[in-house]
Amino acid sequence: MKNFEIPAFECETGNYHTFCPISCVAWLYQKIEDSFFLVIGTKTCGYFLQNALGVMIFAEPRYAMAELEEGDISAQLNDHEELKKICLQIKNDRNPSVIIWIGTCTTEIIKMDLEGIAPKLEKQIGIPIIVARANGLDYAFTQGEDTVLAAMAHRCPEYKNSELRQEPTNKIDNSSQIKINNSSNNNFISERIELPKSKLVLFGSLPSSVASQLNLELKRQSILVLGWLPSQRYNELPSLGEGIYVCGVNPFLSRTATTLMRRRKCQLIGSPFPIGPDGTRAWIEKICSVFNKTPVGLNERENQIWKAVQDYTRIIKGKSVFFMGDNLLEISLARFLIRCGMVVYEIGIPYMDKRYQAAELLFLQQTCKKMNTPLPRIVEKPDNYSQVQRMHELKPHLAITGMAHANPLEARNINTKWSVEFTFAQIHGFSNVQDILELVTRPLRCRSGIMSDFQSLSKQTNKMNSI
Amino acid sequence: MKLAYWMYAGPAHIGTLRIASSFRNVHAIMHAPLGDDHFNVMRSMLERERDFTPVTTSVVDPHVLARGSREKVVNNISQKEDLQNFVDRASSYSESDVILADVNHYRINELQAADKTLEQIVRYYLDKARREGFLNRSLTDDPSANIIGISTPGFHNQHDCRELKRLLSEPRISINQIIPEGEFLKNLKDLPRAWFNIVPYREMGLMAANFLEKEYGMPHILTTPIGILNTADFIAQISKIVNLWSFSLIEKKVNYDLYVENQTKFVSQATWFSKSIDCQNLAGKEAAVSGDATHAAAITKILVREMGIRVSCSGTYCKHDADWFNEQVQGLCDETIITEDHIEIGDTIARIEPSAIFGTQMERHIGKRLDIPCGVISSPVHIQNFPLGYRPFLGYEGTNQISDLIYNSFNLGMEDHLLDVFGGHDTKEVNIKSLSTEKNNIHWSYDAESELKKIPGFFFAKQNNISTITVDVMYAAKEKLSS
Repeated sequence: MKNFEIPAFECETGNYHTFCPISCVAWLYQKIEDSFFLVIGTKTCGYFLQNALGVMIFAEPRYAMAELEEGDISAQLNDHEELKKICLQIKNDRNPSVIIWIGTCTTEIIKMDLEGIAPKLEKQIGIPIIVARANGLDYAFTQGEDTVLAAMAHRCPEYKNSELRQEPTNKIDNSSQIKINNSSNNNFISERIELPKSKLVLFGSLPSSVASQLNLELKRQSILVLGWLPSQRYNELPSLGEGIYVCGVNPFLSRTATTLMRRRKCQLIGSPFPIGPDGTRAWIEKICSVFNKTPVGLNERENQIWKAVQDYTRIIKGKSVFFMGDNLLEISLARFLIRCGMVVYEIGIPYMDKRYQAAELLFLQQTCKKMNTPLPRIVEKPDNYSQVQRMHELKPHLAITGMAHANPLEARNINTKWSVEFTFAQIHGFSNVQDILELVTRPLRCRSGIMSDFQSLSKQTNKMNSI
Repeated sequence: MKLAYWMYAGPAHIGTLRIASSFRNVHAIMHAPLGDDHFNVMRSMLERERDFTPVTTSVVDPHVLARGSREKVVNNISQKEDLQNFVDRASSYSESDVILADVNHYRINELQAADKTLEQIVRYYLDKARREGFLNRSLTDDPSANIIGISTPGFHNQHDCRELKRLLSEPRISINQIIPEGEFLKNLKDLPRAWFNIVPYREMGLMAANFLEKEYGMPHILTTPIGILNTADFIAQISKIVNLWSFSLIEKKVNYDLYVENQTKFVSQATWFSKSIDCQNLAGKEAAVSGDATHAAAITKILVREMGIRVSCSGTYCKHDADWFNEQVQGLCDETIITEDHIEIGDTIARIEPSAIFGTQMERHIGKRLDIPCGVISSPVHIQNFPLGYRPFLGYEGTNQISDLIYNSFNLGMEDHLLDVFGGHDTKEVNIKSLSTEKNNIHWSYDAESELKKIPGFFFAKQNNISTITVDVMYAAKEKLSS
């Protein structure tokens, strides 16, 4: 294992399990309260979402499948007409403020021209239609959210830069310093002029209580958040444009970041993500530095939280963890757990945008150095089978893995934690640190005495004595 | 294109995967995009499977698809030939047999695909054995049967299988093979050695059984032994088949009548239950039934013929089996409904307002919405349908289990009704006149206190002399309480 150097990246291009990106519908329709998600795909897509949404599907969520039939595939039916019928029905039944079309693998393969049909249909039925392609060919799991937000970014109103243009002349003395911040790998230039009010838009889908918590933290530093993408309601999308700073809260939003920078001309603030007290502090610090504010009381806040979760960190100190990888939160979670005192052997991850996650990766290195632990191995597109073999050799105390592997690993006496829970639990900010640690320590805490005598509860291994 | 919210049967590839992962030493490879292997998650979580699901996705990504421009018309046949070529080449590289699953995704659903895949595998191995001279055509010495159609994650399949074994053990019928669950492929060549085949669920296994009948002359029993009457019929059919051969092979005739009588009267409690007086209270009550063809038809029969309950409406989502279903429930119910549209079913149930529903998880939710009790009798499956305890639907133990289910479903409604009539619902009047702020009068139990602690605001605010609780304070309180 290398110390203090650039993390070793490998790409196994293996066979790994993660969820289809259309799963983002499950949380996005709840977040955006006046939206309706129409997934245009086949029975496979519908069946998956049905199982993913679980009991929620019985509550008639604002989601439906436009199920492609053989006639659609063989171009016998007119896509435009078919989609029009369906959208009119949705309008009559639910009257949403926006209909979001989710393109799938099938629409990709048959090259259905969703982007061409949508604007015409939008005029005809009078409801905005946004097209996002969230298919398993191009994306993995949480990246579904990324494509939807990137598509929504185009619909945000244009920011009127008038305030900047009306600079009162008496501000010249302090304000015409050009500051260039060197402390990160990302290139950005801070404002030439001190801002009267913060022009900050945060992006990423978080439960509104968590979003409020983060807003509050920034407000304490005298930074007022202009808005969030996505907003609670479609009609409340924040204004974007030149002069606006954007900062992401989730590591899988690289396409959204790119869209905001290139298409909407915003300035991206590259920072570690607000997961864990260390991450949250670093995130706030970075934003403060961009807006020329000195952070107040952050160190105390962070230390306070660490003290508060001592009971949990005591349980995991010195223990080892292996991330099989599926939800793209792995780097941030690993960094946090290392800071808590754990050793991370390997981080599997479906895809990593090294530029968007640059600050987080640097932070990971710094954390390893600080905690004097070896840098974990980072494997993109891992091969699950090989990973299982590696886990049998390394014998980590905890494996963070998807539900396809969790039970079999438990039967082989490896403690696991469902990775998916981290996607749905509240893990951002200072107030939710305990929640993450709850999740991580639960499998380590609730071991009853029964298993300790057995090596494995699987007949396969008892016969063959290997996996 | 059609607007769809929910489907009863899954897509075709799920059926194929079910069969593949039921057999031992079979691995399924899907050439598919990320996420199509959510089947692994379902199987692992629903059946609490201890071993890795033998399904791998060979991930298709844009690079794979970028060869040339694609026509808008996807030609299924030529695509299949491409895959077939791949399979042929793969067979020559590997030591395992490689088969291409012959299922059309747009035309058939999970159940039909499973049926077809099972038939395909059976056919493949028997043809192979015949070509290579391994086929053993001689019948087993003692009467034996194959059970065709037990698979993962089937609705109560594991328990049903155990009960079937029990059912066959007293008549001394040995089990030749159970496919696909847990069977090795190399043993398939011995399938024709059994005297007959049993197909407990007609949705899965019928095609294989028909193939075995056509090619190897094996008779099969299609009657599903659910309920007293069907089980007796099932055993009668077995005795008929056995007696065909028994004279020449085991030199005696068999008679299971005594067995059936004993089981019916004494071992199964269902017959006695239907005579007992609390079952009399159920007579004339109305029920609605829905599910897969096998279970919906069987439950309808049990309700009407064995318990005297009226079935206003019976239906199935197995549209391809509509004829068989209608024939089975003819005269037993007021109306039938054959549809895959859960809204239609919901509307029908809302219209007829039965006292109980017997259906799938979807009907259970319809029942919750309409405040009608519901017992689950068919797939689609839910974690509830994989109980740790022994709960078969087939056989004599099955009759007990079903009677319990029916009785409890109705009883709930009756109980509620009686409570309404006698005003007996628990209404805890709070008799404490003084307010709870007078701390001295109230003693909080430990549990109650910990419950209260989950509402941090009051404690924290009082302790810190804060009179206005702002959001700030709330979050601070939450953090403080974690220490």
